[in-house]
Amino acid sequence: MIDRRNFLKLSAVGGGAVFMSGLFGAAQAVGTGYDDFYFVQLSDSHWGYKGPANPDAQNTLRQAVAHVNALEVPPDFIVFTGDLTHTTDDPAERRRRMTEFKEIVSALNVKTVHFLPGEHDASLDNGAAFQEMFGATHYSFDHKGVHFIAIDNVSDPGARIGEAQLAWLKADLAKQAKDARIVVLTHRPLFDLAPKWDWATRDGAQAIELLMPYQNVTVFYGHIHQENHYMSGHIPHHAAKSLIFPLPAPGSQQARTPLPYDPQQPGKGLGFREIEAEPKEASYQLVEFPVVKG
Amino acid sequence: MQMSKRRFLMLAPLSVAALALAKPVKKEKVIKIEARKFRFAPNMIELKKGEAVVLELTAVDFPHGFSVPELKVRADLVMGKPVQVRLQPQEEGQFTFLCDNFCGSGHEEMAGTIVVKA
Repeated sequence: MIDRRNFLKLSAVGGGAVFMSGLFGAAQAVGTGYDDFYFVQLSDSHWGYKGPANPDAQNTLRQAVAHVNALEVPPDFIVFTGDLTHTTDDPAERRRRMTEFKEIVSALNVKTVHFLPGEHDASLDNGAAFQEMFGATHYSFDHKGVHFIAIDNVSDPGARIGEAQLAWLKADLAKQAKDARIVVLTHRPLFDLAPKWDWATRDGAQAIELLMPYQNVTVFYGHIHQENHYMSGHIPHHAAKSLIFPLPAPGSQQARTPLPYDPQQPGKGLGFREIEAEPKEASYQLVEFPVVKG
Repeated sequence: MQMSKRRFLMLAPLSVAALALAKPVKKEKVIKIEARKFRFAPNMIELKKGEAVVLELTAVDFPHGFSVPELKVRADLVMGKPVQVRLQPQEEGQFTFLCDNFCGSGHEEMAGTIVVKA
């Protein structure tokens, strides 16, 4: 008999880690209208970054695009969870970087890509350039029985979601059944992962409170440039690797400086993930990939 | 009986002195901190455990934030206008403070340490 408790299991399969997340036993309550699918999460490409943490920065995003295109079965869609570009004080340069980024990712074979902003894209102009180039900074959509919600916790430079967006989130959630399959996409962690490194959302607890009554919620985010898995109550939060440079484990040292570049292993610590959704079981299988196909 | 003006002037300074003796007013230690892209100056502050201090922060080029998460202290800084934050740390240790209002390409390095000693 399957235990109905929260289930989290990490195991190694082939060259990549597989992470399963979800509620066992939820399938019995589900009706029709669900269909398995998978999507890809890319994050933190910081296009425009120049520095010692990644001397190969001009190529990393293109390599990731090539690897995604080489996947045996194309994903239904791709989500890009923020920091598409590296910040700049110059509004024209910001738009130039976003234009170049769009040109590079236009080579993806998968044409449905959902973009979210990171603080490097949006915090210095409250999301103005991002909205011009990519559209809304928060939104929701449905795919094969799963309700996706993109939350913007970066257009406010103080890392607040804000009252207006929280009201929108509350209204959006109100249309969902309590056992709906809900995936939240965002950039910063919604919980206090490491506030002393600014790895938090100032009013993230209010968003989590709104999500809590829903039985099947999973959060995917970026920002911290590494894989991380955390439970707040029954809600799993999964951070993705970056496509520029890895950062140290949360709060593990005084400063959040990038891990040193290793010329012997240029893509070390970088990557993207597949998320295989099984809406009927309310479970997600995460498969991690390196930037360059091995 | 009405007090003469001369006698009142003589007593007045004594009264102030007595009040000061009865209720000593301890002047708060003020530490001035400048916040600019992308550093706090000073970025190392030594305090004594239990010591009440005022951090007077002035942002010179951007409305930076100031946060000491482990001490549950934060403030929004205002450009050119000192903002005062009162602290009285009750435990020894090292506590990171940071700018928590994204300010640009060096934002991630804009941090410092408060060292609290016995």
